[in-house]
Amino acid sequence: MSAKLDLRVLGPILALVALIVVGALLNSNFLSAGNITNVLSRSAFIGIIAVGMTFVITSGGLDLSVGSMAAFIAGLMILVMNGLLPTLGPGVALVLVGMLAALLAGTIAGFVNGFLITTMRIEAFIVTLGTMGIYRSLVTWLADGGTLSLDFGMRTVIRPIYYDGILGISWPIIVFALVATLGEVIMRRAAFGRHAAAVGSNDQVARYSSVNVNRVRMLTYVFLGILVGVATIMYVPRLGSASSSTGVLWELEAIAAVIIGGTMLKGGFGRVWGTVIGVLILSLIDNILNLTDGVSPYLNGAIQGVIIILAVILQRERKADG
Amino acid sequence: MKLTLKQVDRSFGAVQVLYGIDIVLAPGEVHALIGENGAGKSTTMKIMSGYLAPTAGQVLLNDRAVTFADSQAAEAAGVVLIHQEFNLAEQLTVEQNIFLGHEMKRGLFLDKRAMRDKASALLKRLDCNVSPTATVRDISNPDKQMVEIAKALSRDARVLIMDEPTAVLTAREAESLFTQVDRLRESGVAILFTSHKLDEVKRISDRMTILRDGWVVGQHPAEDMTEDAMATAMVGRDVSSLYPVRTRAVGHDKVLTVRNLTVPGYADGIDLDLHDGEILGLAGLIGAGRTETMEGLVGLRAATGSVNGKAPFPNPRAALDAGIAYLTEDRKERGLLLSKGMRENLTLQSLSDFTGLLIDETAEDAALTRAIADFDIRAPHRAVTVGNLSGGNQQKLLLAKTMLAQPKIVIIDEPTRGIDIGTKQQIYEFIHALAAEGKSIIVISSEMQEVIGLSDRVLVMREGRIAGELSGDTITEDRIIRLATGLDGRKDAA
Repeated sequence: MSAKLDLRVLGPILALVALIVVGALLNSNFLSAGNITNVLSRSAFIGIIAVGMTFVITSGGLDLSVGSMAAFIAGLMILVMNGLLPTLGPGVALVLVGMLAALLAGTIAGFVNGFLITTMRIEAFIVTLGTMGIYRSLVTWLADGGTLSLDFGMRTVIRPIYYDGILGISWPIIVFALVATLGEVIMRRAAFGRHAAAVGSNDQVARYSSVNVNRVRMLTYVFLGILVGVATIMYVPRLGSASSSTGVLWELEAIAAVIIGGTMLKGGFGRVWGTVIGVLILSLIDNILNLTDGVSPYLNGAIQGVIIILAVILQRERKADG
Repeated sequence: MKLTLKQVDRSFGAVQVLYGIDIVLAPGEVHALIGENGAGKSTTMKIMSGYLAPTAGQVLLNDRAVTFADSQAAEAAGVVLIHQEFNLAEQLTVEQNIFLGHEMKRGLFLDKRAMRDKASALLKRLDCNVSPTATVRDISNPDKQMVEIAKALSRDARVLIMDEPTAVLTAREAESLFTQVDRLRESGVAILFTSHKLDEVKRISDRMTILRDGWVVGQHPAEDMTEDAMATAMVGRDVSSLYPVRTRAVGHDKVLTVRNLTVPGYADGIDLDLHDGEILGLAGLIGAGRTETMEGLVGLRAATGSVNGKAPFPNPRAALDAGIAYLTEDRKERGLLLSKGMRENLTLQSLSDFTGLLIDETAEDAALTRAIADFDIRAPHRAVTVGNLSGGNQQKLLLAKTMLAQPKIVIIDEPTRGIDIGTKQQIYEFIHALAAEGKSIIVISSEMQEVIGLSDRVLVMREGRIAGELSGDTITEDRIIRLATGLDGRKDAA
């Protein structure tokens, strides 16, 4: 029993270590500061979203809309900044307004998902499948089928958000680390994390224990929405544009990272540090395949798929007797 | 067919749970297996039916040693276990359930007509009126029980093992089950069943085996045993005085005044008063609306009327803030998180008392230590998953959890359902101790003796209304039944 438990806790860590060893052996550049920064920065978008997804899944929910939500918010943020450029001029104030718009849009989008799921009592899968289509379609419409581009002058102003940082660590990595740390503390040590796990474990027990089940569920979706906004704020400076292909499949990568990390898909148990490891595993596979010649990078999806299935097989042994 | 366990031992890891069990199930005989929770009844039944293998000793069928690879092998040999929780596919029909996994075929296709005919014949043999084409979801609990038995018979069961078959049945439903058990006995099936209801054991069994702590402590013909003798043998001490004596008189302060409480569809115009230190019994038949009334009172259901002069509580949190807690009858589905540990369960209802910015785990641990001591919770270790605790210990934990929120009024729904007599006695003592501290308690129970033994005053509900109130010497089984069944007003005629 205890040996199995160790494997479940250590499994994702061991997989990550194995990947790092393999990567280092295959390519001498793998452990270079440049490559590590690159991998971590790219992980940050999915990572920030996946931390929020961990809470949603732990409380027994699911959100398929985060990828298109990110695209929509990116489009909105660009439109807002372009629209206010003549008034505010290219500068910090405009960037702050853009950020505020992204956070606000994320909050509202999360609230809408949460409202439909809790108050209207529609299945999370159905609701977020619906909003996934809606946001994707909206961003395509806003871009008129093409690309929404940030004003060229603004791009140089906003660029540092992705490319700069403190002490050589880029902002996305710093924000990801902060979000993950905060998430881990909330999950393990705050009443909200305990309540989320209780609701996901058995919402009737939670209700009979005077827990406000709808409020807990609603908050998980709102938090996820806000984090999608945060991720988008990091993302827009990178390319300075948004299109219908922005954020495609992010929802699945985020869900996969959560599951690989050991959170139970049916809810009731979640760990944020596991999700972080899950995100790193997924992006390392991508990175290693790109750096080496042995295996085609086109097989990336297949390898990730195998890892996800393996993670779930490991999880199944967690099942208690009762 | 005769099934024999011979010197059977069973261990889980380092823990031995069965010691040298000898039991003979003879054809045409109903054998009762009784004992407290954790005495080893379930393990014994699982060994008989191939779910577990003995660590030592033998299982014999008609005096020949057999080893069942799994429960299917046992079923193929004619030994079938019917679980306490029904093992039926709710969305399928009765006949589809009966033949599930053993469908009759004609060539490549299902032979529906043959299955329909056989299902009808089986149900008829059991004197069960349920239609083979009814969906299992829509049929009653006793009918489900019958479908389980029909399913067992369709596999040609010669040894039928039933784990607490009457736990979810009302007295009348249980009686109809026993009629069928009598028939099966006559047709030469060997039957073993477990029950915590000793009057049933007396009523239906021919022989009984009493287990205590994994040992057989007695095997007797049923006619030689009284219920008291059974209880004493199970517990190993005298339990004739199950109910403690009240040490503190009921107070005079009204702590709860409910007027015209109505829960649509379940309860209509309920009035009740509760005093400090009082234990109020709420009796009635299953379906009388007792649980729903109390759930309405604490905000778990929509209700109208007045509670202490105000509108009913909008949610359980508001009720708890007003000092009223409800302890559910369904500890597995509504009371406890079975996949979580004791600590998380204990503090779930009062987590805010343990939380500043973060949860104070040290304080939680201290609370668990106190709860384990105060409520005598017996767990193998502190990190145990609650689903692995026995029913009695789960109930104690649930009680500890509810009391941790420090309510002034506790509503306890079926305080001892499905738990053994020794633990029952402890729980009665806890309830009395709480009343002695000045807490007010409402006890809902379908066990007449429990209501009578515990309560200072009894309200009887029938069809969503209060049918009558009894106190002192007027609290008798006869009076309660008359009120509960609607014979009230003629109570002097008997």
